[in-house]
Amino acid sequence: MIYEEVTSGSRTRRTLTGAARVLFALKIDGPLVIGLALIAAFGLVVLYSASGQSLSTVLRTAARFVLGTAAMLLLAQVNPNFLRRSTPWLYLAGCVLLLVVAAAGHVGLGAQRWLDLKLFRFQPSELMKLAVPMMCAWYLHERPLPPSWGSLGALAGLILLPVALVAVEPDLGTAALIAAAGALVIVLGGLRTRVMVGLLGLAAVGAFFGWNFMHDYQRKRVLTFLNPQTDPLGAGYHIIQSQIAIGSGGVFGKGWMNGSQAQLEFLPERSTDFIFAVIGEEFGLLGLLLLLSLYLFVVSRAVYLATQTQDTFARLLAGSLALTFFVYVFINAGMVTGLLPVVGVPLPLVSYGGSSVVTLLAGFGILMALYSRRKLIGS
Amino acid sequence: MPAVRIKDHWREQRLFDQRAIVCAALMALATLGLIVRLYVLQVARHDYYSDLSQGNRVRNEPIPAARGLILDRHGEVIAGNQPAYQLELVPEEVPDLSDTLARLVALGLLRDEDVDELERTIESSRRFDSVPIRLRMSDEDVARFAVRRFEFPGLDIKTRQTRFYPNGALAVHALGYVGAISEQDLKHIDRASYAGTALIGKLGVESAYEHELHGVNGFREVLVNAQGRSVERQGALLAELHTKAPTAGGDLVLSIDLKIQRVAEAALAGHRGAVVALDPNNGDVLALVSLPGFDPTLFGRGITAGEYNQLQSDIDRPLFNRALRGTYPPGSTVKPVIALAGLTYHVVDPEAHRYCAGSFHLPGSSFIYREYHNEHHGAVNLDDAIARSCDVYFYGLANEIGVDRISAFMAPFGFGALTGIDVSGEKAGILPSRDWKQKTFARPADRIWFPGETVSFGIGQGYLTVTPLELAHYASVLATRGHIWQPRLVRAHRDPRSGALQPLAPVSQGEVPGVSAEDWQRIVHGMIGVTQRGTAAAVGLHAPYVFAGKTGTAQVYTVSRTEKYNASKINERLRDHSWFIAFAPADAPRIAVAVLQENGGAGASAAAPIARKVLDAYLLDADGKVKPSS
Repeated sequence: MIYEEVTSGSRTRRTLTGAARVLFALKIDGPLVIGLALIAAFGLVVLYSASGQSLSTVLRTAARFVLGTAAMLLLAQVNPNFLRRSTPWLYLAGCVLLLVVAAAGHVGLGAQRWLDLKLFRFQPSELMKLAVPMMCAWYLHERPLPPSWGSLGALAGLILLPVALVAVEPDLGTAALIAAAGALVIVLGGLRTRVMVGLLGLAAVGAFFGWNFMHDYQRKRVLTFLNPQTDPLGAGYHIIQSQIAIGSGGVFGKGWMNGSQAQLEFLPERSTDFIFAVIGEEFGLLGLLLLLSLYLFVVSRAVYLATQTQDTFARLLAGSLALTFFVYVFINAGMVTGLLPVVGVPLPLVSYGGSSVVTLLAGFGILMALYSRRKLIGS
Repeated sequence: MPAVRIKDHWREQRLFDQRAIVCAALMALATLGLIVRLYVLQVARHDYYSDLSQGNRVRNEPIPAARGLILDRHGEVIAGNQPAYQLELVPEEVPDLSDTLARLVALGLLRDEDVDELERTIESSRRFDSVPIRLRMSDEDVARFAVRRFEFPGLDIKTRQTRFYPNGALAVHALGYVGAISEQDLKHIDRASYAGTALIGKLGVESAYEHELHGVNGFREVLVNAQGRSVERQGALLAELHTKAPTAGGDLVLSIDLKIQRVAEAALAGHRGAVVALDPNNGDVLALVSLPGFDPTLFGRGITAGEYNQLQSDIDRPLFNRALRGTYPPGSTVKPVIALAGLTYHVVDPEAHRYCAGSFHLPGSSFIYREYHNEHHGAVNLDDAIARSCDVYFYGLANEIGVDRISAFMAPFGFGALTGIDVSGEKAGILPSRDWKQKTFARPADRIWFPGETVSFGIGQGYLTVTPLELAHYASVLATRGHIWQPRLVRAHRDPRSGALQPLAPVSQGEVPGVSAEDWQRIVHGMIGVTQRGTAAAVGLHAPYVFAGKTGTAQVYTVSRTEKYNASKINERLRDHSWFIAFAPADAPRIAVAVLQENGGAGASAAAPIARKVLDAYLLDADGKVKPSS
């Protein structure tokens, strides 16, 4: 008995170390992958219900996960030095593509965001979600930190050019995420607190002027966010219905595929931007807490990995990617619960559609590449 | 000054870690905010949002209650409910509406002239609501559609409960009908209790007893999606839905005897007129006929404008309820009550003879009042005067009694007043008096009562008018020797489930005051004389029971101005109206009847045979023997 236990135990240990060795060889971080896989699995279960039991929707999303995982594995193998050296070219290409989209983009969903590559439709703004933080990290890599005023000015230009191009598409959600990703690099780079406060003040002024450049529907979103009841059947409908869905779910939820708000289509965009409300309705507070815990685990692990990297480029980029992931979650959950205006940000790895799954997983691939090569680029 | 700063990796690492910690703290704060928000939504305000969610997904769908049946006194169904097939169309499922409707016309399922209106109706409906486009399809229509159904996406045959009158137009003027709820109906009904009901009683019993017949609607909670569409789903969503069953409307048992009704309608068929038969002992209306009638089903299935105009403009006025609303001079049928007034006021000696030379003139007047057809009755006493309907006798008698006393005496018999029958729409005739004339006429010269008017009053001409119902009521008061019962069409309620009858007590309106039994007997004897040796002797021939009757002939002066001039019909329409009242058996009456045949000529020849048929039908069994009274 004892003998068997020992051998079986050692066999288990051998298997584990075997798997760890494989993961190490593939430059994959086990805990991070497990966290992401759990979120994806939960997301697919929810999506089946939220899409009105559409198996094809679930399968298409699963296919995107496969594609995203492939991108992650691939990018994890890339040498960070190569990544860093190609960053300016990537950034430049992204900007050119954005200009192309602005000029002759395909009209989808009333906004010009797509580039039709025959095989699939490519969204340059997704590329910029990675290229902008990479560019900022690249810029700060050789420069002393905290960044000087001059650097800040240059960085502001590097961020605002693509952000402006995306915002005029118009895709406020993605623009905000790109801006956040770039800004996080600067913050992590050691931006002084005084400057941050000053910039927030500037942002407030900017918001005031920005209001004048907003499209009507964007203004309406902001107004409805401030008071959804003013237009209960129009722009306020989304947010009212999503709050009803979440609130009526209670602590334990109405049960999988039994959320009346979602199943009877009272909840708009139930499988895309508002899927968080479906979870709230069908799985209750417990379901949402579980999901938030998974997200926090992934973000924490990613931030930890970032702190373990050893050069400025890797640190800033990895930190930004990790924190951007949280920003995603917070903006989506915030808008669905009525804390933030509705800006059209999907719930990462759970919402249906878009190329964001691939981008997100590619981002984590880069993060793993940065982490796994830390010793090689140490000195 | 060193303008160039050198990278300090250690410091940068520390700075990064610091910032990472701050960011982590901010993340924790944001997450906490989110959790607080979720707590507010899902715990603190859970009940509030649950109610909202419930209100979103559930819609109350009414379940109409089955309308109560209407039965005749023996339980035969006069008005029932029947599932009817109707063609319904769901707009959003029909690819080409105009083409679809055109093909239905080609199939003979729609009429070409209805298409435009239908198209408008369909376009104004919600895209997913089923719109009825053809009601009451025959089995043949259903079959014709069924084999082509695959060519008509979005169309389907549905079954709905509709009002069904198995006897068609029989007794329609007593029954009334059900029709679409109108704007006017909406003002006095509780909309909620009529949700899901398209029809409401109009006229007659259907209208008067609407409340009893309607019942209480139930409802069913239906799961709806955001578009308001009903959705069928299994599972937990369905379990919480409630249903309340409807309570069917109560059945009504009418006093009408369909057998008598059929006989009366058959006897009057082809003529315009009315027959009202009453049970003199309780006011039960045994038959109520007004011809021509119409098929009440037309209204239940939605009458077209064309059909309605046709009924409306028909020269015979089938929509007009002659029995309840037609007012005519009663002619000689009033003679018994004039005689009774003479006896009661001791104006006349019943045995004294008066001489009838065919005409009468008032002292001091040159106007000559002629006998009908210029007959000469010779010396007649009261009994003869009634039996042979001697006008001269009653000209004199009326003159002697005087208008004031005649009016006062006739009032208790129901002249000039509503009988109070239990359906609406009844009209009162005119019982003229000095007072009435004073009030009615505008010119002072017309307000004076002339003695000559009293003379015509004595034979039921002039201002005096009655409805057939009033005259039947009068016959029934004569039959009971003065007992007055309010006529009624409904004699009992029936529980639709148990079938238990709840009889309604007949309503007595007292008695005619101050008439001696002897005098009653005298005028009844005179009326028996009518059917044995008098004006209606031919009709009374071989009757196995003794019956009392009185003929009447009302002069028609002009054709109503609303009717079109029609040369071939004008002569017929200028003929006198024919009246007959009767009750039988004379000593213990079980039925009293009044018959009016418009333009029928003399009462004896047209109306009396109809009355005889009604009496026979009621009193005789299959072998022609008098049935014992029940």
